[in-house]
Amino acid sequence: MNNFSYTKAQNIEDAVNKVSTKSDAKFVAGGTNLIDLMKYNLTKASTLVDVNHVEGHHAIEELPDGGLRLGALGTNADTAYHPLIEQRYPLLSRAILAGASAQIRNMATNGGNLLQRTRCYYFYDANTPCNKREPGSGCSAILGYNRIMAILGTSDSCIAVFPSDMCVALAALDAVVNISGPDGGRSLPFADFHRLPGDTPHLDNNLQHGEIITSIDIPEKGFANNYSYLKLRDRNSYAFALVSVATGLELEAGIIKEARIALGGVSHKPWRVTEAEEFLKDKPASPLSFAQAADIILRGAVPYEYNSFKIELAKKAIVRNCMMALKPETQLPGAQPSA
Amino acid sequence: MQEIYRKYLWHNCYNDASGYNIQFSLFTMLEHYPPVPLINDNEFEPQTVTLNINKKQIRLEVLPWVSLLDGLREYANLTGTKKGCDHGQCGACTVICDGKRIISCLTLAVMKDGSDITTIEGIAEGNELHPLQKAFIEHDAFQCGYCTPGQICSAIGMMQEGKAKTRADVKELMSGNLCRCGANTNIIDAIMEVKNQADHE
Repeated sequence: MNNFSYTKAQNIEDAVNKVSTKSDAKFVAGGTNLIDLMKYNLTKASTLVDVNHVEGHHAIEELPDGGLRLGALGTNADTAYHPLIEQRYPLLSRAILAGASAQIRNMATNGGNLLQRTRCYYFYDANTPCNKREPGSGCSAILGYNRIMAILGTSDSCIAVFPSDMCVALAALDAVVNISGPDGGRSLPFADFHRLPGDTPHLDNNLQHGEIITSIDIPEKGFANNYSYLKLRDRNSYAFALVSVATGLELEAGIIKEARIALGGVSHKPWRVTEAEEFLKDKPASPLSFAQAADIILRGAVPYEYNSFKIELAKKAIVRNCMMALKPETQLPGAQPSA
Repeated sequence: MQEIYRKYLWHNCYNDASGYNIQFSLFTMLEHYPPVPLINDNEFEPQTVTLNINKKQIRLEVLPWVSLLDGLREYANLTGTKKGCDHGQCGACTVICDGKRIISCLTLAVMKDGSDITTIEGIAEGNELHPLQKAFIEHDAFQCGYCTPGQICSAIGMMQEGKAKTRADVKELMSGNLCRCGANTNIIDAIMEVKNQADHE
């Protein structure tokens, strides 16, 4: 870890000012990803600006339109176990609880969850080329051991995946990210927050230097009756997803009125395909409908040497998870496969 | 060199009002432990951090990049909390901070200024072991013992959270603590016994 100075921000303006005026200053909240990356010398900062003591951005508030506003500084655990989230957005609660460990969820913040960096082996191994770590150096994963890498939205520069579970649910729920920065505030729809790698894989998202996430809004529709989060991984808990699926369904007598399906572990951002969700409208909630939707979602998937299994796995996971959404009460702890 | 380390350490630990003395142990620690980082220039000043560790106010002067884990082990000389991976993957460094279980390796001591911390050293009542400590012995819930302080602090945190209802829940909510000896079944047995007693009461 490089030497750095540390300062506490009094409020959002103070935090933005302290970071935006120094090119290598960073915000720190939970620290669970940033401090880890700094220990590996993969991220450097001249100053850490601690935003944990900034008031007014920890709570969960009701919005006039029926949705909720999640303070960016609330912890993942407090969010997942909040009565309003458990009752109205159980999909989000399930997804958060499928991620990391109880200790990390007690530390990690909602805003920080969106800003996690990839767990690509080569990104973490500073002895290998990596366009995300060092733009222009090349991608070691494309011809390397790429079992955990992306199959959708990849580029010749990068096939890393975005590791968050929480964000897969937020994508399915059409969340909106509220941001403050040196030029004032702005909001981004969730789909526009994270980026595909293209030829700029060093940029994970569209946040500019000095900008900070202040809150995340989730619209009224929470799919609390028919939802499911399924996470498939190499061990039952405390591992990143090979494939994960968030499903929310609105049903009327067994017919789908609205469907949301988002995938994790397969791309540089949570993956949603509107065409598949449109296709499911007015179809029976059956394995056949979901399999057809899965084919649409995985259309255009590009396998690499060791991860071609992910295409079939993702299709089956979508069907399985959509069927689980019909009986959410059967779900097991840790978003494991159930009936 | 030794002199510089010595001076530095003397400089960076204080007695608190209750007379809790950590100076001597730190002094002797020099012979056995790798030295803590030296102040190498004037650019980075140590910051005073007050932690309420196991109900004792302890004042440390630490540089910003000292993790809470290193603060506890190297500065407060509480080596019960273990450093396993130092990257948030093993849970050996779990402590209870302001009532919540956290991993002390991925937070900075300066970020926890003013916090209440409970480590494995602080859970027994005098000579009376904590029920989980007794249960771990009873169930042979460790082999090498390295993960045990983290397991026990994590289990205390889990019970305070009150979210684990079944054995499957306990396994899931304890997954942040790895045991490489493979004592996991006995660890869960020990926790279940204490949890069931607590639920019964």
